[in-house]
This record gives sequence, C-alpha cells and structure tokens, in this order.
Amino acid sequence: MQAHRDAGSDPILEFEGVHMTTDDGVELLSGVDLEVCRGAITVIAGPSGAGKSTLLRLGNRLEVPSAGMVRFDGRDAATLDPRDLRRRVGMVFQRPVLFAGTVRDNLRVADAEAADDMLVTVLGRVGLAGAFLDRVGDELSGGEAQRLCIARALLTRPDVLLMDEPTSALDPENRRGIEALALDLVASGLAVVWVSHDLVQACRLSESVVVLVEGRNADAEAAASYLRSDQEDDANE
Amino acid sequence: MSETDIGWAGVAASLVLIVVALALSGWQGLRLSRSILWASLRAGVQLFLVGFALKLVLDPDASLWWAWLWLVVMVGFAGVTIRNRAREVPGILWLGSLSMAAVLVVSMAVILGFGMFPVEGRTIVPLAGMMIGNSMTASVVAGRRIVGELSDKRDEVEARLALGHSWSDAARPYVRSALRTALTPQIESTKAVGLVFLPGALTGLVLAGVDASDAVSIQLAIMYLILGSVATSITVIGLGLTRRMFTPDHRLRRVVRPAG
Repeated sequence: MQAHRDAGSDPILEFEGVHMTTDDGVELLSGVDLEVCRGAITVIAGPSGAGKSTLLRLGNRLEVPSAGMVRFDGRDAATLDPRDLRRRVGMVFQRPVLFAGTVRDNLRVADAEAADDMLVTVLGRVGLAGAFLDRVGDELSGGEAQRLCIARALLTRPDVLLMDEPTSALDPENRRGIEALALDLVASGLAVVWVSHDLVQACRLSESVVVLVEGRNADAEAAASYLRSDQEDDANE
Repeated sequence: MSETDIGWAGVAASLVLIVVALALSGWQGLRLSRSILWASLRAGVQLFLVGFALKLVLDPDASLWWAWLWLVVMVGFAGVTIRNRAREVPGILWLGSLSMAAVLVVSMAVILGFGMFPVEGRTIVPLAGMMIGNSMTASVVAGRRIVGELSDKRDEVEARLALGHSWSDAARPYVRSALRTALTPQIESTKAVGLVFLPGALTGLVLAGVDASDAVSIQLAIMYLILGSVATSITVIGLGLTRRMFTPDHRLRRVVRPAG
C-alpha cells in the first residue's frame, strides 16, 4: 500500500517529509510523504495514535510541521495566508461541530453574505432538504449534523476537503450515506482526504490506501502487520 | 475621640464575629479555622502597616509625588495578585498590570480632568484603591473565563478557524461570553446599590458625619467610575489575552489548566 492517485493526477496538496514533534518532545510524525490529487479520494488508515489526524491538521495549517513541507497548489503552505488556505482546504471533524442557532446560522458562519437560495443549493448537494434551514442544530440526527458540517465546509468553495474519521460516531446506514456523499464530491472534481481507522471502510472507499503506523508511512511489513491486527479485531467483535 | 472612632475596644468587639466563624467552622467540620485565623491576623498586620504608610502619604504637608508613587506600587501589587489568582492564564502578570495601569490612567483622567475631587493624596489614593480593587477581581474572572471558554470550546473555535476565520473572529463569541460573565456582577451591584446594600464609601461618609445627600452624590460618582474602570480593565484583558491565546498564523494555543 502506498500513496495513491485515484482518478486525478494533478497534485493539489503535498506533504514532503513532514515531521511533527510536540512541545514536550513526543514525535507524532516522522518524515511522512503524501500526495493528494484533484478529483480523487485519498484514504489514510492506521491504528489509533498513528498520527493520521495530526497529518490532516497540517493540511490546513491548524498545526505546522516541525520539519518538512506542506505544499498547496505547488506553493509552500507556510507562505500562504492561513485564512485563504483554510477556505480552499476545508475540514470536517470527527464529531460534528455545530454552533448555536439554526442550520441557516450555522451555514452563515462560513459565508455571512450567502442568500437562502445558495444555502438551499449547498444543502441539496449534501442530501438535506431546504426545509432544514430553520431547524435548530440540536434537533438534527448525527448523520444530518455531519452532512450540515460538510455543507458548511463546501460554502467556502474548497479545492480539498479533509475528513477526519467523519463517520466514526454514526450508525452503518449513515456511515454509507456519508461515504457515498464523499465519492459524489470527488466525482464533481473535489480532492477528498479521508482518515479512517477502519480498514474495511478504507478499502470500500479506495482501491489503494495510505497506511500510517507510529507516525511513519508504513512499509509493506508494517502495513501487513496492521492489516492482520485489524482483521483479528474484526473477528473478535 | 470622635463619635466614629471605635477605638481598640471596638476592634476587639468585632473579633467576636471571628470567634463565631471559628465556631461554625469547627461545628460543621469545614477545616477552615487556620485559614480564618491567618486571614484575620494578616488583615490586621497589613492594615496597620498600610495605615502607617498612608498617614505619611496623606499628610497635607507631604509631597503629592508620594501619593503617585503609592498608586504605582498599588498597580504592581494588583498585577501580582491577579497573577497569583489566575496562574493558568498566559502572560497574566504583565497583562494584569497593564490592565490596572489603564484603569488608573482612565479613572484619574476623568477625576482630575473634570475636577471632580481635589488633587490631594487623601482623595486620589483611596479613589484609585477602589477602582483598582474592583477591577482586579473582574480581571481575574475575565482572564480565567477567557482561557476556560477558549479551551472548553476548542472544537468550535477550530471549526471557525477551519472555515477561514481570523483569530479575532473565531474567538469573539467565546470572549464576549467571558467578558459578560466578568462584568455582570458589577452591573448587578450598581443596580442594587442603595436598595440591597450601602457601599463602603457611602457608609464611611455617613459614619464620618457627612450629610447623606452629599455622601450619595460622592458615592454615585464613585459607582460610575468603578463600573467604567471594571469595563476598562476587562477590555484590556480581553484584547490582550485573546491575542496571546492564538499564534500569529491564527492557530489556537494549548493552555494547561490545573485539575479540578
């Protein structure tokens, strides 16, 4: 298993030998390489603590690497205005983060000027009806809340969408729904980076998967070992 | 001895309530007896020392510079006190001192600029003490609440940052909530003044034999000044601390807070 390009071939986001060390000296990432292409889904899998989420957060500069480089559209991400970068590299978190107020209020956090027509269109893109606009965030199911978060991220018109285990808190039906939505977004030209600790899901989303183990790109042996342990876990469940 | 000079016998009589507090602590098993004794003793020693020093500063023949020096020292002590009460807040010593200095400058500018009180040690020292004392408490609350809100709502703040918000936009709802919490007690006590309690200055003036209507006008001016001072102090804390909680590239810093 290695860094892969699905349908796309034009890299939009590149991680070159990135290291990440915490203030107290813990090394979270050690020289990870990854290439994310337009119109493709890049799936990152690995056990808990492998550095998957940290790597994702480097992609929109919620974290900065201790060494190495992240490039966006061919340019060093460190030289870009983080606010512009983040609007072009959207992010969906593991647990849906909803702000106080209605669905409309939540969407307008991403674009304060957006008219209702535009909000209805973006809700339609994620499979939610326009009638949701006046619903209060607390009333939404987990799946609906995550779809709303995706819609909110899409309002900034990103080129890349980083999805950090977006279905880990969802039931199987909603999990499949969000997976299908991600693939639809890829088909529309978006680059999606999907983090998962579930290898079955990872393989369902993409034929090749980037595996991280202990903060490194896994070699064949480490990837095989992770695969065996994941299959044992599945068998025990 | 004037009518309002309570003398040593009066001080000794007030200790009866300390004995009551000690008895209640022992009865309820609060284990606060040592703290009560220490606080009472410390307050006594501090006030004696301050009283001695104040006598020099407030002497009508003393240079006004002593009074100004007193205010500067007061700002420094207030900064240290704020730091001691909110150690988890990054940069709070300097920020707290800056906030107290801002309170001093603003309140003295109003007091002296409008000629509200004569410029003498006996006016500026106690007035500044009231402004700084009230603002200090609000600054501690503001500092702790800002750190608490931004840490507890980290996921929301980062979700806003991930949508391209600047650090100031991402923090605004949470900082606003923290500042509201810090300012509300002062607003409530301003609303309740006279109805629920008689503030210290008014009580002191009435006890000293000042006409009640004169005492009220002085107290009113002081209450407004205190409200303005508290608002000034938490604004300085809000602006300065929020900036410190984020990196220049709009990332939220992690703050280690004490357990419990």
